[in-house]
Amino acid sequence: MQAWHFSETAYPYLPDESTYESVRVTLPNGLIDPAKAADLWHRYLDEWAYADELGLGIMLNEHHSTATCMDPCAPLIAAVLARETRRSDILLLGNPIANRRDPVRVAEEMALVDLLSRGRLICGLVRGVPYEISATNSMPLRMSERFWEAHDLILKAWTTHDGPFSWQGRYFEHRQVNIWPRPYTQPHPRVWITSLTPSSVARVADHGYTVATFLVGRDGARRVFDAYRARRTELGLPTDDGQLAYAALVYVGDTDEEGLAGAQKLMWYIRANKVPPQFNNPPGYSPAAARVAAWRGQLPASAFAHRTFEELIENGVVFAGNPDTVTAALRRFYGDVGGFGHLMIMGQAGHLEHDETIKSMRLYAEEVHPRLQDLVPAVA
Amino acid sequence: MAAADDVPLRPVGGIELELRELGAGRPLLFLHPETGLHGHGPVLDLLAGHRRVLVPSHPGFGRSSLPDWVDEVDDVVYAYLDLLDELDLTDVALVGCSLGGWIACELALRSPRIGALALVGSLGIRVGGPEDRDIHDVFASSPAELARLAFHDEAEGARFFDYPSRTDEELAITARDQEAAVLYGWEPYFCDPKLRRRLRRVAAPTLVLWGASDGIASPDYGRALAAAIPGARFELVERAGHFPQLERPDAVATAVLSFLEA
Repeated sequence: MQAWHFSETAYPYLPDESTYESVRVTLPNGLIDPAKAADLWHRYLDEWAYADELGLGIMLNEHHSTATCMDPCAPLIAAVLARETRRSDILLLGNPIANRRDPVRVAEEMALVDLLSRGRLICGLVRGVPYEISATNSMPLRMSERFWEAHDLILKAWTTHDGPFSWQGRYFEHRQVNIWPRPYTQPHPRVWITSLTPSSVARVADHGYTVATFLVGRDGARRVFDAYRARRTELGLPTDDGQLAYAALVYVGDTDEEGLAGAQKLMWYIRANKVPPQFNNPPGYSPAAARVAAWRGQLPASAFAHRTFEELIENGVVFAGNPDTVTAALRRFYGDVGGFGHLMIMGQAGHLEHDETIKSMRLYAEEVHPRLQDLVPAVA
Repeated sequence: MAAADDVPLRPVGGIELELRELGAGRPLLFLHPETGLHGHGPVLDLLAGHRRVLVPSHPGFGRSSLPDWVDEVDDVVYAYLDLLDELDLTDVALVGCSLGGWIACELALRSPRIGALALVGSLGIRVGGPEDRDIHDVFASSPAELARLAFHDEAEGARFFDYPSRTDEELAITARDQEAAVLYGWEPYFCDPKLRRRLRRVAAPTLVLWGASDGIASPDYGRALAAAIPGARFELVERAGHFPQLERPDAVATAVLSFLEA
């Protein structure tokens, strides 16, 4: 199984949650101490450099107007990592292309990072979470249509080499598309797309892209992966484990006790997410029926924030313990979901300090990773 | 007001339009706000006592269809131009509230069939500079905030925005209404920046009604709107917020009808 080190690069030094309405969109950035933010950023980059030394993949993302993630521009950080690291693939998961005004610019940024890293880029394309809507002034309606038109334009920009083509789509217009440089990887960088529900998986499977799903637990992951495999079977095509990726909170300690304590600190990622309904559930982001259910107080099946730590461990949202415990839990999860090839490790969050972070990274790389090598996918 | 199930859908310009008809007499086209038709029964009944009142749900609102090519106010305006032609209505009194007021302005600029224009808390123009919020960001507001800003009587506002108190059928409509409001109002935010200049061409006699306690768009915004329309009359509705037709249906119906009779 391929493993990826992921940090959401939070600014965790916040006042008590009762003093603010939302950790996203409206929390004033005056709360940031720039010196502390700079220290944190260099530390997070050091941790990715350490992942490179350990042979773990590097995964980063972006969010906007939020203390939970100080990276509003993942392509910039990917470019830094392309120079700072030598071995590991760089998974940028991902570019929120339904919120980006100019897909050609996204194609250019990704081509450049792919070139700088000599082909180590994996270009994630994501729809973006609902709280990005206000933060990016992006219309929450018809996002899927915008997403796929942007995707088509980006792919065409990467793979056209005989001069400009014209694009006059429903959502994007660019009459002379001819990106320089073109990607290092031919015909184009690897593409991953996120999906949390089976309904959006088919189109990802049609392209054969890796589908990445986050914190949905063993039943949720099984549903997403089964939907992918079913669609591939329908098309008469095989599914490789490398096309299926899962993100979880993972902390490995010398002892179970230490592993659980570390994972408790990672829970900041789930718990420090106070967001009111107007940002959490904007009109059009979810189907009307889902919004009605939310008004009725019904939680979607994928909701996990209200679950206890123990339930999250049982469900495979959290993996924690000593190397034996974590290895066993991951092997069980692998079997329960019908196999998958990539574990995206939420290995740093909130107040988990540098020493604690790299200890778990090292234990995973040295004690867990080798014992999952029989599960390595054919396709990276 | 007729129950939703009894309202026929009328094909207009490629859209299946939910079109209520009440009362009898000279035609009045009522254009609802971005919150849909919820709560509009009393004002519509009052108007229908004196006029033939036509009440469409804008495309995507209520049970009106939302073809995928519809994505801006102009699409709604052209559907209503078709509707007025097909019904061959003349000397139409146009009453538009908030988003419906914006649509009414655009329609009044384009159709000779409009005989009079009544705008109630109408959106549609841009008044201030880049840092001025002409119109409060309703998409970034909690129901409690909307109750306070959009209503003079906060308790009535709280009842209006208490979505869980609505029936399942109403809530399904509410969800559609909110999506359609986003489609038409997201960006530019509930306005066409060019509309204000163009309003000099409105020929119909115009009344601009404004809730004195409107916290969504201030009475000054309403005065700027009235100033842009030749000869328009501006009147405040006391003890009302952004939806005077909901909070003071009698006052609004009386003001509109007396303006039309004048």
